[in-house]
Formats: sequence, structure tokens, C-alpha cells
Amino acid sequence: MIMLTNKTKKSKSTHHYWRGACLCLLAFVFSINLAFAQADSTKKDAAAAGGAGGGADLEVGKRLWEGNCTSCHAVSAEVVVGPGLKGILERRTIEWLIPWVKNSQAVIKSGDKYAVELFAKYNKSVMTSFNFKDDEIKAIFAYVDKASKEVAVIKDPPPGPPGAQTPSQSDSSGYFNLMLGILVTVLFLIFAVLLVMLSMVSKFLKQKDGDLSIEDREVVHQKFDVLSVFQSRAVLGGVALLFVLFVLKTTLDGITNIGVQQGYAPTQPIAFSHKLHAGQYEIDCGYCHTGVYKGKSATIPSANICMNCHNSIKRGSPEIQKIYKAIENNKPIEWVRIHNLPDLAYFNHAQHTNVAGLACEKCHGEIKEMEVVQQRAPLTMGWCINCHRQTVVEHAKDNKYYDRLIEAHDKYQKGSPMTVENIGGLECAKCHY
Amino acid sequence: MEELNKVYWKGIEELTNDVEFVKHAEKEFPQDLPETKQGEENNRRDFLKLMGFSVAAASLVACEAPIKKAIPFLNKPENLDPSIPNYYASTYFEAGDYASVVVKTREGRPIKIEGNSLSTISKGKTSARAQASILNLYDGQRYQSFMQAKKPAKMQDVDKLIKDKLKAASNIRILSSTIISPSTKAIVKEFKETYPSTKHVTYDSLSQYGLTQAHKEGFGVEAVPSYDFSKAKVIVSFGCDFLGTWISPIEFSGQYAQMRKLNSKEHKEAKMSKHFQFEARMSMTGANADFRVPVKASQEITLLATLYSKLKGTDAKAKDANVEVALQKAAKELLEAKGESLVVSGSNDTNAQILVAAINNELGNYSATIDITTPLNTYQGNEKQVNDLIDDIKSGGVDAIIFYGVNPVYDHPRGEELKAALSKVGLKISFASQPDETTDLCDFVCSDNHYLESWGDAEPRKGYYSLTQPTITPIFSTRQAQESLLIWSGNDKPYYDYLRTFLSKDLFKKQTKYKGFDNFFTGILHDGVLVTSGAAAIVENDEVKKDDKEAKKEDKPVKKAGKFEGDAESAIVKVNEYKDGGLEVITYQKVSLGNGAYANNPWLQEMPDPITKACWANYASMSPKTAKEKGLSNGNVIKVTAGKTSFEVPVLLQPGQADNTVAVAVGYGRKISGKVGTNVGANVFPLAAKAYESGNISKTDKTDEVAQTQTHNTIMGRSIIQEASLPDYKAKPNAGRIYPHISSADGKSYKPYDVTLWKGYQYHNHSWGLVIDLNSCTGCSACTVACQIENNVPVVGKKEVLMRREMHWIRIDRYYSSPEGATSFSDLEKEAVNPEVTFMPMMCQHCNNAPCETVCPVLATTHSSEGLNQMAYNRCIGTRYCANNCPYKVRRFNWFHYAEDDRFTDVNYVQTSDLGKMVINPDVTVRSRGVMEKCSLCVQRIQAGKLQAKKDKRQVKDGEIKTACQQVCPTDAITFGDMNDMESKISKALGIAKEVKKGEHGHADETVYSMKEPRAYHVLEEINVKPQVSYLTKIRNNDKKLKADKGHGGHEGGH
Repeated sequence: MIMLTNKTKKSKSTHHYWRGACLCLLAFVFSINLAFAQADSTKKDAAAAGGAGGGADLEVGKRLWEGNCTSCHAVSAEVVVGPGLKGILERRTIEWLIPWVKNSQAVIKSGDKYAVELFAKYNKSVMTSFNFKDDEIKAIFAYVDKASKEVAVIKDPPPGPPGAQTPSQSDSSGYFNLMLGILVTVLFLIFAVLLVMLSMVSKFLKQKDGDLSIEDREVVHQKFDVLSVFQSRAVLGGVALLFVLFVLKTTLDGITNIGVQQGYAPTQPIAFSHKLHAGQYEIDCGYCHTGVYKGKSATIPSANICMNCHNSIKRGSPEIQKIYKAIENNKPIEWVRIHNLPDLAYFNHAQHTNVAGLACEKCHGEIKEMEVVQQRAPLTMGWCINCHRQTVVEHAKDNKYYDRLIEAHDKYQKGSPMTVENIGGLECAKCHY
Repeated sequence: MEELNKVYWKGIEELTNDVEFVKHAEKEFPQDLPETKQGEENNRRDFLKLMGFSVAAASLVACEAPIKKAIPFLNKPENLDPSIPNYYASTYFEAGDYASVVVKTREGRPIKIEGNSLSTISKGKTSARAQASILNLYDGQRYQSFMQAKKPAKMQDVDKLIKDKLKAASNIRILSSTIISPSTKAIVKEFKETYPSTKHVTYDSLSQYGLTQAHKEGFGVEAVPSYDFSKAKVIVSFGCDFLGTWISPIEFSGQYAQMRKLNSKEHKEAKMSKHFQFEARMSMTGANADFRVPVKASQEITLLATLYSKLKGTDAKAKDANVEVALQKAAKELLEAKGESLVVSGSNDTNAQILVAAINNELGNYSATIDITTPLNTYQGNEKQVNDLIDDIKSGGVDAIIFYGVNPVYDHPRGEELKAALSKVGLKISFASQPDETTDLCDFVCSDNHYLESWGDAEPRKGYYSLTQPTITPIFSTRQAQESLLIWSGNDKPYYDYLRTFLSKDLFKKQTKYKGFDNFFTGILHDGVLVTSGAAAIVENDEVKKDDKEAKKEDKPVKKAGKFEGDAESAIVKVNEYKDGGLEVITYQKVSLGNGAYANNPWLQEMPDPITKACWANYASMSPKTAKEKGLSNGNVIKVTAGKTSFEVPVLLQPGQADNTVAVAVGYGRKISGKVGTNVGANVFPLAAKAYESGNISKTDKTDEVAQTQTHNTIMGRSIIQEASLPDYKAKPNAGRIYPHISSADGKSYKPYDVTLWKGYQYHNHSWGLVIDLNSCTGCSACTVACQIENNVPVVGKKEVLMRREMHWIRIDRYYSSPEGATSFSDLEKEAVNPEVTFMPMMCQHCNNAPCETVCPVLATTHSSEGLNQMAYNRCIGTRYCANNCPYKVRRFNWFHYAEDDRFTDVNYVQTSDLGKMVINPDVTVRSRGVMEKCSLCVQRIQAGKLQAKKDKRQVKDGEIKTACQQVCPTDAITFGDMNDMESKISKALGIAKEVKKGEHGHADETVYSMKEPRAYHVLEEINVKPQVSYLTKIRNNDKKLKADKGHGGHEGGH
């Protein structure tokens, strides 16, 4: 009797082992996935936070070029509105270019032959006068010269936006996937080997049937009934539990996603392509979205901004005709708003673009590739908070406003980088008031 | 805690231990919560239905998001960026109230009015009414077009008809309020030339006719002189509410406060003006006086004769012994401060004002504190001409009349007569922009633009100019009155062109600042103000001012007033004809509503009166003694019969009011106004012609509770107000300070801040705070309205106020105290005849050890790293634990969704109507039902200021961030700033000292900031909540030694 009870106990405990092993396996797989996800996101942010190098002059030139010139000129030989500026320094001297940039009409009026011809060649469209300093103009052309050479080397593809996947990242995740595959295979192999061994042992025992005690015989002759396993309480309960958990998770996800419009890409009244304007022609975002460095709202460009260029370019296109129509009828264009932050949250573009110097792509995704603009970020509070936790305040060094904060950070948390969180970036009244 | 020598009480209820009061005394919120409409009780089935619906709605929402449009400009104006405010200088002028203002616009909509700091008159300050005036622009009750016989009509048609009728008329009158615009006067002149039978009569509903006539007789100048309270060391006022409503209160408040600012570093030489007030009702000015003597309205006038005689050295005496003592003292002080004093009277009686002028002349105040050579133009009303006009109309001698900015049918004492007679006038035109009693009787309404839609110029004082410019295109098809008059005169030039031409011929020639007219025009439009060389220019910057003043002493020509030629002796005789009127019924204007022209402005209707703290109606205030004699108590409706009129109003007991007087405010009882203003209170303008009427009161069986915002929150007998008299302060700068001590279990006594469970906060960057000078606060409540506008605070209406659910983020607590001192509540009763008054602005104190933060179950209220107590509305679930745990009772709960609920559409049209919503500040959330809210220290302004500094890569400059309450305050009683910035105004006011404490156990050093100013204290210091808001003690210039500082004086600079 005593023996018997022992045996039954044993068989029950083997069941336990199996279940335990399965759960462990599952847990293991999950945890690996999670670890990947975390590693992934930190890497991305670190990559995005990295700054660009380059000489000060070229920096100035780049900034001015992107802010003022790209709507009409390209660094390549391509004609946008005005001539492409590839090799401009070979064609013209800087002494000629400076007065031209400052006031091209004055140069034309002075009777300069080249200038008059140029003016005639480009349909007599007047180049805007810029009130730059001489050094600034020199910086612009230095940058143009450098950039045009680089373009010639790289040609395709256009430089990827920061924050996009880089090869090293995809490499690392591939490696982890491979490891995972191997592990799973090994586990299955072990499982298979165990099964084979089990069947071998039971076969061997069956042959020695007569030598076995009654209790042992019972165990050996026991039939592995698949149905009974599925009908067992544990399995049914487990399945039911999994199902409930699944439903719960889906519901919760659904609820938390109410109002989250990630991926929202509505059709706009005019098929404006950011890929063409921001991507191919590299027009600075601030040229059209005039408020982006100034205030809370980046602003949707008014029709007169479109007209700066489309006065002379592609006038016949049916899409551009829509702008003309709007102006004629005095009816503003009703764009569909894509990024809808709820009223209770205060977000200011200037703080992020002007002060923190973040690239637009950080939140808006690879806008330069988008034919139709899509909401890339979820714009949830968790997303905001995450970024504020992880982003290191790099710009604080050159901004006197942050002096006291840096001083305090150095004093109390020396060694760790100063994140937005460290300077109060997670406090309620930073965004809610 | 130290025993208090004074006991403060917030209202009669507390003093008399009213049953109702005791019941509510310890509760912040009332028990009964009538949330549901009648017959609308929720049951289980409703709940299920509702749940089903919400689940369905939620899933629907999840399926498809609503499409929102983003509509940009077609052609964006160069300087207009969405989300970035623009500011335009302009001019506010209404019923004598002048302020040069700067209008904040967002996305092309004016949303807030601020003072123009370049103005030498209003000095960057505004009044509650100027603040609230912006809402009249978005009032849905405005006329949306021209009207003919109460039906909308086309401008051209109306113009044609009117022109024809005017041509046919032979007796045309223009009845206007005071016009301070020189160009408008020129237009009226042009109109007169076209229609020679025209006479222009100026009518001010609450005029200064007595004053102007007195100066006509005395000095030959028919005008209101300029006053300078900042030079007056002794002020004696007879029923004159110069801080609240008299002539130029914004300006006078600023000047008055200048004489009452103290610097504790020089406390031994501290100087303050001494202010005597003899008055019948308790006015806001009286509440600020050092010596306030209640006298009956008749005496307010007759005492002038007594004072004059006293100054002349004769032996005249006041009948009442107490009054005599005070008057004798006042006379003595006046004689000691010749040329540095001011005697003013609120009376509109010419003889009284002749006497006042004679007194001031006797004291040598003309050309010192009073300047008749640069008079004010803000009161030009001529009562005689108005009365003649009414007679003319009655006799049928007028066949066309134009009403411009006036409503005489309502606010003239003979309004009823006029109403009856107006039918005899063939052509009646009104320029009113909102329906009113007079306009209702007119044939044509040629609705004028709101001033924020208008061009204009103004000369409020001789030589002081300012411009009005539109900040929005007219919302409705209305037209500026000036343009209408021009068109009817046959001049088709737009008023803008007319104004430019006029200025080029007039003002441009008078000035030397600008060369070239275009320069001049853009310059003055930008600045908003211009002072011509005739008037003394005052430089705004303080430092420059000092040097400038020295320099000016030499070359500034001393303005000499003409010789006084008034007949004081016969004035005395006439003044003495004012006999005691038995029960004297007097009228006064409220700081909030004034003459009632803004009756439809809910912000002003809900603004609590500085003294009574009542809103949403007028009432008969009387002394508790008088009420007792008549068997009346708060809320009893009485019938007041006086003169030829009678009306019914509820009773309000007012300590400090002279016995046997009944005071009722004008500006109420509008019969035709918008939804908010109609039938609120009773109209007492029929009584306004005289200083007082003897009358009768009889109790009716009705009751009507007066909605008061105070007496709801109890003071719990704690040392909230700390005050001292000037002599005590001179001896010891911390006089009146109370240093509480905490006894611990070991039997020792500790300072409250030394015993703590709290870790405390360290603010490394900013430490925002407020300091409030109780000595400067006059109680004018402009901050309450400014805050309401800035922070989208809803209006809740009388019913809700009665349930103590008003939403103001900043309130002015008014405490009465008995000067004699008392030890128990019952002791106080006999001294309540003339209490001392203290005003205390109270808002969220932003405690460092905040009791609200610890009890919030959802962390909706938290602490920031800059010293703010933050409120995340979206997180709040409305448990109201925080409000219950707040020792200052400054948290406000949204019982309803005021912006959506249809029960509030009338009173809260600011937030419920499409038009009203235009005034909402887009940077501040409109709170929903069920959430708590409170003062945020204008965090939106802090954030904007910080962002600007970051963009400029610099530190925040002191003074660039101002809270709404600070910006509006006419007396600079409120100072906001960074207490970590040692150079900031607030740090200096509080004497902040920085100390570095060595860190122990390897911890980093700690910087500790402490207040060293002896006058500075925290309210309820004993509970150790360590607020970021501090107060400076109230100092009264009243010689009286209080029994104060015994024993604990040694703890100077305590914590």
C-alpha cells in the first residue's frame, strides 16, 4: 500500500515537471523579446541624440542656405526656380556674388552683362534681396561648394533622417533572432531525445513484463491518452485562462488606443508631396511652417507662401491650380489636421525645435520620404514621457538659461547625464495648465 | 501660539454667532448637493442605460476619429502668427474711468487688456471695469446691425432717412457723455455747422458738476483739477471714495499707495500719509483710512463748514464729541502739513465743493497737491443744461435728438419724466451698441462699434494724449458714431482719414518728439500715449525719474493757480442748510458696476463688493444698531420710501455705517439690458440727485438672501492678519508680528519650522513666489477680475454663490477688527460700531509642505521643482480631499461643466456662447465638471517667460514675468518673482538671505534661503506648510499703541 501511494505521487510529480518546463520555456521566450525591445529603443535614442560635427562657418552657411535659399536653388546643377549652384565659385567670383545676393536688381541695373543675361534666361524672375553680412554670404557659398561636391559623390540615396534604422541596429537584432532560433531548436531537440528515451525505456520494460511488480506493471502498461490530457482540468483551465488573458489584453490595448491615431494618413484636399518639397528639393521645414521656431504652433503654410515659388513654377498642374482657385475665390484651403494633440496638453514647437534643437523627424518620422504625410508618433503621454526620460539635454551647455540647472546637476548627480527628467521635464504643470 | 490681543471676524454672522453660521462654520462645502434637476432622479435602469451608451460610444470612438480641419490664412499678415500674441496700445474710457491700455490679441482676437506702462496717468494699471470691458465686445446681446423701429435696417437706407429728417428738423440736440476725444469734438462742431440748430449737451450720469462749478467760481476754470495724492501727507476725505470710484481711482490708488510703502531698513524714519475719513457708509476708501469716523450724510457736508472755521481759527465745534475729537485732530494735522495735504469731498453740491476749494486754498494745496492749470477732461457733464434739455423736450421744443453713450431714461434722476416726454421728439437716434432703456424708445439705432473695433484719440487731461486703435474688424455690421456723424454732415471721408488729417493739423503741431507725420502717427500708435510739452512729462523708469526730478526742479515753471475768488462765507451759510434728515437714504456707486452701463457684464456682476463681499444685486446697507431698532436682519426685504420714489431691496448689516442711514448702490435695476443685467436689484437713480433724502423703511414679509462670498469661510480665530501702528513700527520693525511656538512632548517650545516630518524641497533653478503688501492693498478687487479673465474662470451666478460655489482663484478677504481689543467674541459686540478693516488677497499659497498634495489619492496635485503646487485637471477625479485639507480654503471645485451646462448659458455666456468663447485664453484649459482648480501662479505666463529666455539664451529677467493679479494691481501690492534671484524685487522685499549649509555624511552642500524682512510673514505659520506666498504686515498710521508684542518681541527675523 505504501509503495502504491508513493508511485502515484511520482507520476503526478512528473506531470508537474512537464508543466513547469513548458512555462519556463514560455517565460524565457517572452523575456528575451522584452530585452530586445528595450535594447532597441535605447539604441535608437542614443543614435538620435548624437550631434553633427563640421566647421563653424560651414554650419552657418548650411543654416542660412537651408533657411533661405533652398526654395529656389539646389546645390546640384538642377534648376529649381533659379539656377543650380554646382560649380558656382568657378563660374563667378565671390566679389561678384556678394552684391548680387544683397540686391540682384541693383547689379542688373548697373548693366553687368552676365547679370542681365542671367535675368533674361530665368524669365525675369526677381531674386529676393537678402540682408546678409559679407561673411555670411561667403559661408553660404563655402557650404554650397562643399555640398555640391558631396552630392556628386553620394548621388543616391538621399541622407537618411536620424532616428531611422541603421545597418548596425538591424545587424544586432538579426543576431538575437538567430540566437533565439538556435535556442528553440536545441530545446526541441532535447524534447525529442527525451521522448525517444522514454519510449525506449517503456519498450524495454514491457519486454521484461514478468519481472515487474503489479504496481510497476500498471505504470508501464499505462496508455498515454491524448484526449484525457486535453480534457484534464489543468489544460482546460489553462486554455480558459489564456483566453481570458488574451481578451483582457486586447480590450485594454483597444481602450488605451482610443484616440491614438498613429499611422493616420488622410487624403488632403491638395496632393502636396513632402517627399518632393522637403526631400528632393530640400526646402527647410521652417520656410513653409513659419511658426515652428517661434511659437507653440508650427502653422500650416498660408497660400501666399506657396505662391512664392508657384508663381512661376508648374503653374499648369491641376493640384497647383487648386491653390489659384482658392486665392481667386477667397476661400482658404481646408487641410485635414493630422496631428491632434488633446486640448489638455500644452505643446510648444519652439521649445523643442528652437531651444532643444530637435530635428522635425524626431517626432514626425521620415517626413522627407512621405508622399502623403502620416502620423508616425503615437502622441500619447507615455511617448512624451519616455522621450523626456531618455533625452539628454545637450543644448543646455550653450544656453545661459540652463546655467543654474547644470550647476545643480553637477553638484547632486555628477556623472550621470542630465536628462529632461532631471530638470523637471516630467512635472505636470510643464504640459498641463 | 501667542494669545491674540485683537479678535478678527469676517462678518456679522461670526460676531453674533448666527445659528446658520455656526452650523456651517466648520464645513468647506455645504451638505446638500442639489445636483439633479427636479424630477430627474437617477435610478439603476438609468445607470445601466448610461453604461450601455458609454460602452457603445467608446467603441464607436475607437473605430473612427473625427476629422479635424486645419485652415490656414489665404494670405497671412506679416506680423500675425497663430499661437503668438500681439499687443496693441489703445484707450479705455467709460463713464469718467480712463486708462491707457495694451490689448493682447491671439489669432486676431482681443483676449485680454493690460495697462500701458508708458502712460503717466494710469501707469500701466487698470481697474476691474477696464479689465472686464473686453467682454462687451463679445456680448451676444449687442446690436448686430443698424435698427429702424426695432427692426434691422440697412446702413444706407437709415443714413438717407436720417439725413432727410435732420434737414427738416429745426431743433436738434446731441446728448452725449463726456467726450475726451478732440477729433470727435471737431466732428460734432462740423455737424453743428451743417445743422445750425444743433446744441450739444454733455451728460454724466454720476457727474462732478458741483466740483467743476466750484472751480468755475473759485478760479474761473470750469473743470475738474488734477490731484496728486502722492504728495499729500495728510488726507482728509468727507464721504469721498477716491480709491474706489471718485474721478480717477486708478491714478489716485497708485499715488495713495506710494505714500504708504515702507522700507524696514529705514524704519526709524518711516513716513506714511495720514488719512482721515468722515463718511456715512463704509466705503472702500474709508476702510483704508487711518482714522475713520462714521457721520451721517448731512454731516459729511456740514462738517466742511466746521473744518473751515477751525482752520480759520474760530471756535466752531462738531456736535458729536467723538467727531469733534477726530475733526480737531484732522485740523491740527492739516495745519502742520500746509501745501502737503489734501481735503476732498465726494459731494456733488457746488457750495460744499466751494468750501473744499477754500479749505485747500487756505492750506496752500493749489499748485502743490491740486493742479487746476492742467485739469482733467473726463468729467464735463453739465447738469443744468441736461435739466434744461429735459424741460425743452417736455415742452416740445426739441424735434430731433441723438443719444451718444448715454442712457438718461435709466440713470437720470428725472428718467421717468424723460421717458414720458420723449414721444414728443420727432426723431430719436441712439448710438448705443447694446439695448438699453433710452435706446428702446428711439426710432433709429445706429449702433456704435466697441472701442476695441474703433479708431480714436483722447485727451483725458490737458496736454496728455492717447490713441485708440482697432484690434479686430467690427464683428457685426456696426459703424463708429464719429463716422455716422460725418456722413450725416455730408462728409464721406472715413473717420480714419479724418482722424489722420485732424491729428496732422492738431496734435502733430503741438509736439516736438516726432519729425514727419507718418513717424508721428506710427510712433504714437505704438506707444499709445503722448504728452505734449505743455504738461510735465514723467519718465517711467524709476532711476531716471529720480535724476530727472532733481533736474526738473530748476527749469520746470512753477504752475501758479489763479487767486481763489470763491465766496466761502456764503457757502457756509448754504452748507449749513443741510439739516439732519432723520433716516437718511443715500446712494453710492459700486466699485464693480459704476453707473450700470456694464450691467450685462457677468464678470462685474459676480465681482464681490470690496466691503460687503456681496454680488449679483444691490441691497440696503445699514448699521447693526439701526437694523436692530427697526427689527431687521440680513436678508429681510424692506420697502424704502424716499423723495418721490420707493423700492424694495434686501437688508445687509454693515458695521461701521453711521446709524440712521440707509445706503443703496446705483447701477442696478436695469429694465432693458442683456440676459445678465436685466432685473438685477432695484434702480435708485431717482435718488441720486441729492446727497441724501430723508426716508422711511418698512419691513415686508419677503426675504431675499444677499449673495456674499465671505462669511462662508471661517477664520477660526487664527493670527492671519498681523498688524501694527506706525509709532510701534518705528520703534521696532517687527511690531505686530506674531511668532507662533509649538510645544513638544519634552516640554520644550519650538519654532514651527524647526519641528517637521517633511524633507522639504530644494529649488535649484527658480523659486517662484509672491509677496503681498497688506499696507498697499486697498481691496479694489481688480485682481479678482483680471485673474478670472486670464485663467478662464467661469461665472456661476447668484444661486451658486449663495451655495458658496464661486470660482474666483483669488479672493480679497476683508476682516473687521475691533481697535480696542477683546478677548472673546461676545466682547466684540459693543465695538462693532466702527471696526478697523484689513484687506487680504488670498490665493493658493503654494505650500512647500502642501497638505493638499499628501491627500490626493491620484496624485493630481503635485509639487514642481520651481516651487509651484501644480494641478493636473485631467488626472483629478474630484474626491475634494485636497479642498478639505487646504488650510487656506483656496481650492475651487467644478460642481458643473459650466462651459457646457445649459443652466449656465445666461450668466456664463463667456464660456457657453460661440461669441463669448472668443475671449477665452487659449493657453489655459477650460476645466470640466468634477475637477478641482486653483491659482496656478499664472504658470502659463511663467512658461512663456522661460521659453523667451531660453530662446534668447539668457536667464529670466526679473519683472518680465508678471502674474495677472500683479499686473493689474493699481497699488503694486502684489509682487511676483524668483526668490532664488537675489536681485529680484521679491527677494529684496522679503530680505532673502542665501546661506550655504555644509553637507553632512558626504552629501552635497545645501543652499538655504531665508526671509529676513521683519514685516514678512507666512499666514498660518504654526502649521508649518511653508508657503511660497508671503505677506507684509499692515501698518496703520494711527498713533494708537496696540497691546501687541509682549514677550515674544525678541524673536526678530525668527525662522
